[in-house]
Amino acid sequence: MASINVLVCVKRAADVTGEVVLNADGTGLDGRYSGYAMSPHETAAVEIAVSLVEESGGSVTVLTLGDDDAVEQLRDALAVGADDAVHVEADSSAFGPTDVAAAIAEVVRARAASGTAYDLVLVGNDAADTGSFQVGIRLAYLLDRPVVAGVQQIAVSDGVATLHVGSAAGTETYEVGLPAVATVLEGGVDPRYPSIRGRMRAKKAPVEAVTPEVTPRGSGTLGLSLPPPTPNKVTVLGEGPGAAPAVVEVLRKIGVLS
Amino acid sequence: MSNVVLVLIEPDEGRVHLVSREALTFARPLAGQVQALMLGRVDEAVLADCREQGVAVVHEATDAELESYAAAAWATALERSLEASGAGIVLAGGTERGTEVLAHLAARRDLPMAANVLSVTSTDPLEVERQVAGGAVREQMRLDASPAVLTMAGHAVEASAAAAPGAAEHRPFTAGVSAADLRAQVKQVQARGGGDSSADLSAARVVVGAGRGAGSADGFSDVDALAQRLGGAVGVSRAVTSLGWRPHHEQVGQTGSRIAPDVYIACGISGAIQHWAGCSSSKTIIAINTDAEAPMMTKADYAVVGDMHEVLPALLEALG
Ligand SMILES: Cc1cc2nc3c(=O)[nH]c(=O)nc-3n(C[C@H](O)[C@H](O)[C@H](O)COP(=O)(O)OP(=O)(O)OC[C@H]3O[C@@H](n4cnc5c(N)ncnc54)[C@H](O)[C@@H]3O)c2cc1C
Repeated sequence: MASINVLVCVKRAADVTGEVVLNADGTGLDGRYSGYAMSPHETAAVEIAVSLVEESGGSVTVLTLGDDDAVEQLRDALAVGADDAVHVEADSSAFGPTDVAAAIAEVVRARAASGTAYDLVLVGNDAADTGSFQVGIRLAYLLDRPVVAGVQQIAVSDGVATLHVGSAAGTETYEVGLPAVATVLEGGVDPRYPSIRGRMRAKKAPVEAVTPEVTPRGSGTLGLSLPPPTPNKVTVLGEGPGAAPAVVEVLRKIGVLS
Repeated sequence: MSNVVLVLIEPDEGRVHLVSREALTFARPLAGQVQALMLGRVDEAVLADCREQGVAVVHEATDAELESYAAAAWATALERSLEASGAGIVLAGGTERGTEVLAHLAARRDLPMAANVLSVTSTDPLEVERQVAGGAVREQMRLDASPAVLTMAGHAVEASAAAAPGAAEHRPFTAGVSAADLRAQVKQVQARGGGDSSADLSAARVVVGAGRGAGSADGFSDVDALAQRLGGAVGVSRAVTSLGWRPHHEQVGQTGSRIAPDVYIACGISGAIQHWAGCSSSKTIIAINTDAEAPMMTKADYAVVGDMHEVLPALLEALG
């Protein structure tokens, strides 16, 4: 089986699982208390890349665009098996989805010129913070490659990727010639945890720093706000099994039961 | 800016999908005229739904190559109907297909795109409010482009009939799909096993949900039974799919489906913001949880404090 080179793009985003805090001027999320993480989709993309290369040989490169702290997310990916990393040094808040795609395309072209051609480029379906759903598709057009969105599993054989996408109808299968781009959705694979050896290796693994040439157009963001709190309107129907008749009564009242 | 809004609509069992009907309702106040594009056969039931939504023109791409889904081919059809309509805004519901095809269009035309839009706050300049961070945050965004490319957050508005019906003039056309458009095309669809009521959570009228409180993969029998009894679908939290108890397509939330049923019965689900983002459009929420202070319990319309494994059997019995 021919070996393949995979590039996985991940993003450092404020963890929004708990309380969400905006920065002072309302232009971004403040993760100083909540912490930062890569989104679940990107975690799944790293897993897909690492297992593909375990099977067929080749390399996994992980890339992030962001400030110096974003190297933490690169090390997370290196700890679970990525071979090397590219840090595109930039203020990610100034970069819209078009700019990020352009910066990634620059790296793909530069690496191809220096001998590493990426057969597959994986990005998350949408980032946990900005949720703009476009980077992978814009990147595919910049590189003139086919792209499949919402992918949950990938197998590669003889220069063809077989990609599985879960949809309302069932599982859709695509067969796409390489090189290609895919945007990954969580749920198809079980991301591994880093071993102690993996963590040690990640500390020493190479991270190449590059400066993007693209002049960012930005994202069009005017400001952020928190949604109004949900009014507390709850009616407690009771405790335990004894509340069952009251639930039936509600179902009847709202017309779900005739 | 042209005052035509072009809406990409999707089918659902011969009709216009609920999410697409919502997008048409959303488009009306923005438009002098709403036009729609459907990939796949436009029959009388679809035209009737479009008429009710006040749609003036329904474009139908007839290329045989469009039968099996390829996002780039759909985008080509969308480009052709965009040229025909001269639309100033292109809109779709925020489904997988809607989001993917509109992102292709935005990439081809080098246009900005806003996903998960809740409302248009200004039309000149075009400014929108959209959901980000899984619904935890709202972003105000400006799009200095024509056409502007927008997807609507699932269930941001309720589908309603237009004051006056539209002509829904049926206009079939050939998009002229290229070989490059078909490089990534669905080769095969493996349908879910029969009796899977979760096939389309986003349009289900009743959803019975369960979270980590189900306790194990075996802890869903009463949840399944209740969904079946009420003619609804099962929806789960991410904790459940991460643990491998249920498949990902049943997940409700930021990284799952957005639901808007008449009733959502949420059992053993804490109601984290990412889950809430997917279920907050439910008309009525009934929460069953051992913890009376869980966010789901305080945000719901009705709450039952108790163990789901005791409450659900009693409920099934009471339903007879
Ligand atoms: C980027 C990102 C995206 C995410 N996307 C999603 C998403 O799409 N959907 C989603 O759901 N989550 C999502 N999450 C995860 C989310 O933050 C929560 O972790 C998750 O929703 C918790 O699931 P849960 O409520 O089932 O589990 P828990 O938070 O563990 O809550 C279990 C609840 O069950 C109750 N309980 C326990 N036993 C019983 C019993 N026997 N009877 C009744 N009640 C009982 C407990 O009191 C508790 O309230 C996302 C997180 C991130 C970071």
